[in-house]
Amino acid sequence: MHPVLATVLQRLGLGLLTLFVVSIIIFSSIELLPGDFGEAVLGQAATEDTVAAFRKELGLDQPAWKRYIDWVAAVAQGDLGTSFSGRSSSGVDRSREVIELIAPRLENTLFLAAYAALISVPLALFLGITAALYRNSIYDRAVNAATLTTISTPEFFVAYILILLLASLNPIFPSLANITMDTPFLERVYRTALPALTLTLVIVAHMMRMTRAAIINLLASPYIEMARLKGVSRSKVILKHALPNAWAPIATVIAFNLAYLVVGVVVVEVVFVYPGIGQLMVDAVTTRDIPVVQACALIFAATYIILNLIADIIGIITNPRLLHPR
Amino acid sequence: MNTENENPPSRKGDLILEMRNVHIDGFSDERWHEIVKGVDLTLKRGEVLGLIGESGAGKSTLGLAAMGFARPGCKITGGSIMFDGIDLVKASEDEKRRLWGSRIAYVAQSAAAAFNPAHRLVEQTVESTIDHGIQGEEAAMKDAVELYRSLQLPNPEEIGFRYPHQVSGGQLQRVMTAMAMSARPDLIIFDEPTTALDVTTQVEVLKAMRDIVDKYDTAAIYITHDLAVVAQMADKIKVLRYGEEVEEAPTRQMLEKPEQPYTRSLWAVRSLEKPEDISDDIILSIRHVDAAYSDVKVLHDVSINLPRGRTVAVVGESGSGKSTTARVITGLLPPLAGEVTFKGTPLPSRLKDRTKEQLQKIQMIYQMADTAMNPRQTVEVIIGRPLTFYLGLSGRAREKRVIELLEMIELDESFMDRLPGELSGGQKQRICIARALAAEPEIIICDEVTSALDQIVQEGILKLLLRLQKELNISYLFITHDIATVRAISDEIVVMFQGKVIEQGPKTEVLEPPYPEYTELLLSSVPEMDPDWLSNLTELEQAAK
Repeated sequence: MHPVLATVLQRLGLGLLTLFVVSIIIFSSIELLPGDFGEAVLGQAATEDTVAAFRKELGLDQPAWKRYIDWVAAVAQGDLGTSFSGRSSSGVDRSREVIELIAPRLENTLFLAAYAALISVPLALFLGITAALYRNSIYDRAVNAATLTTISTPEFFVAYILILLLASLNPIFPSLANITMDTPFLERVYRTALPALTLTLVIVAHMMRMTRAAIINLLASPYIEMARLKGVSRSKVILKHALPNAWAPIATVIAFNLAYLVVGVVVVEVVFVYPGIGQLMVDAVTTRDIPVVQACALIFAATYIILNLIADIIGIITNPRLLHPR
Repeated sequence: MNTENENPPSRKGDLILEMRNVHIDGFSDERWHEIVKGVDLTLKRGEVLGLIGESGAGKSTLGLAAMGFARPGCKITGGSIMFDGIDLVKASEDEKRRLWGSRIAYVAQSAAAAFNPAHRLVEQTVESTIDHGIQGEEAAMKDAVELYRSLQLPNPEEIGFRYPHQVSGGQLQRVMTAMAMSARPDLIIFDEPTTALDVTTQVEVLKAMRDIVDKYDTAAIYITHDLAVVAQMADKIKVLRYGEEVEEAPTRQMLEKPEQPYTRSLWAVRSLEKPEDISDDIILSIRHVDAAYSDVKVLHDVSINLPRGRTVAVVGESGSGKSTTARVITGLLPPLAGEVTFKGTPLPSRLKDRTKEQLQKIQMIYQMADTAMNPRQTVEVIIGRPLTFYLGLSGRAREKRVIELLEMIELDESFMDRLPGELSGGQKQRICIARALAAEPEIIICDEVTSALDQIVQEGILKLLLRLQKELNISYLFITHDIATVRAISDEIVVMFQGKVIEQGPKTEVLEPPYPEYTELLLSSVPEMDPDWLSNLTELEQAAK
């Protein structure tokens, strides 16, 4: 087997192991939440019998380890369980499958994340490479200062500034990103422009600065000096001699920021009233809807693991020592 | 014969490079220092100039200045550098870039670091030739194969398609010479191109470089600190010290009768030789040791005896198992089989099973004194620690002993409060010696302790080690790849090759014929101070074929 394939499979295995460990952590932290779901839903007036019956229906009377095994076994088969809210004890059984609740929200979140990533990643790479090329110039300083400003400003503030500038004073984009399943694609793109722009401003600095630093770090290498002494032009030194060796650290930072786009955008969702998965999870925590919370947490963990796995793989395949062994 | 040169016709013997009163400043310790102080240098077409001096003499800086290039943190502050009518001091970056890689080429010290790991060798070889529009891609690639062939690289058709990490250091150095040659430049700067290579590899690379420079009548500046190497390569030699010229003369004249005392002292280093003294009083014995790193077996049945108060030199190329042997002795690498006995008693194979006394009696000194010391500790703390650890000294007693040790290594009290960063390379190595001595050892393992030092400093360290041996009756196991060092310090010699002991015996026996095949190769590869040495060696080899 090619050593790269072996390494990738090994990372994949480690990723699955990590996900398993994370599932234990998710389950036990929810166990540690104070209070009881039954009492929280039925109120203090409920009799002990009612609460006990309700707990039994939800399976909460089982010991923790058994509930954990049931949950993991179900998840492994693709069943995320049934939501706690809307159960029969509180009237008619209007409870829904967790997957039904999460799927549309996750789709929205991934749409927004992809949107922001498509703008921010090329932009960050372009700014990072050009800043490295013209380092210490006015351009470099301006780019650095501008991106630092946007990353240092809280994201809700960036969001309100953008609303003020692009929705109130100059009504170009809508200030609310309310979309439904039926919104056509172009309409979606238009309505979610402001949240995507906000997220771009928030994450571009980190990626741009890492790109710049990774390239500049390599500019001190003997092979870069050699390239210069071979009469290679300035831009070719950066693009052909430095960049191919800088992908590993750049990919790591991009993966980190993309993961943030999926799991960390609840504030932006709230500001723009965007129906994403972040809001769903926060709501589920308040209503003690444990299956939903667990499913969201697991999806977030998987996002981190998958994106980091991809970054690792990029690091491996851009390393000629691993790709072309002796 | 210069038919392939497409540059404007000019004959061999015309002036190609003329540097007048060149001054270069370097930035260190938060201020600018003058590192090249008004040096003149002239070079004719087809001529090779050897530039020698200790580290810090400014030879690399001057060599790069011949291209009009100053490293970051350096600047050319005065003088003129005329390359074929173009003043490189005044030329713009673009003008210089057009010359670099087409008419002036550079060969760096460490080929492993100077090749971009991300690209195939041939791409890098022909890059500047194509970029400068000298040849099209196809023609340049074909020419590269021819260059590889004339540099005697194995498999010249294929080797270009490998990545830098896939070929050996000696091969890389030759590929870099091909890269410099690709555009058929008028001038090549060789910056210590063989310093990082083993002696047997070095000979091949030297031959290849000399032949190709001859073949295309290229002018060259050959920078090195190794006199014997420069004697083979150069038509004339310039000696630099502290950024100033000491003297310049044609090679033969320079070797036969150098005029300046400094040059003579450089020449004298290689003549240091200790009379051999054999003893049967064995203090340390390595018996039939096999050792491996994970699955790779690196030592095969190694047996070495070290007599009390004598020096055994372990010689071999990189990868021959010299340092691994030291790791087995110190207990850092438990052997698979065999044992190490100290004064007749077997030592536990693992470091953590050894008693404090056993640890105390065997000390080590390393090649890189820089990394062997904590940069945040003062000399007093560095030397004082073994005094406290092994001998339980503290306070005044410890301070007194540190001063005594400093005197032993010919430094004084004023060094007590210094940090390693404030010492020169030779002083750092002396502090490492004092630290080893502090434990009052009976054996010191010296792992390439002089390899990173300049020749004059080397001589000082070797003399110090010899004197300490005489005074304290210490035994040295001296690991080195340098035959001159072996001559200088050893009583007995062990030759290692691919993890095996090839030959072992008193110095005079090992260094006199008859030799086993490998020892002969090793000894015959060591350059001598005779300018005809390399030519003679080549003739001998051809005659043998």
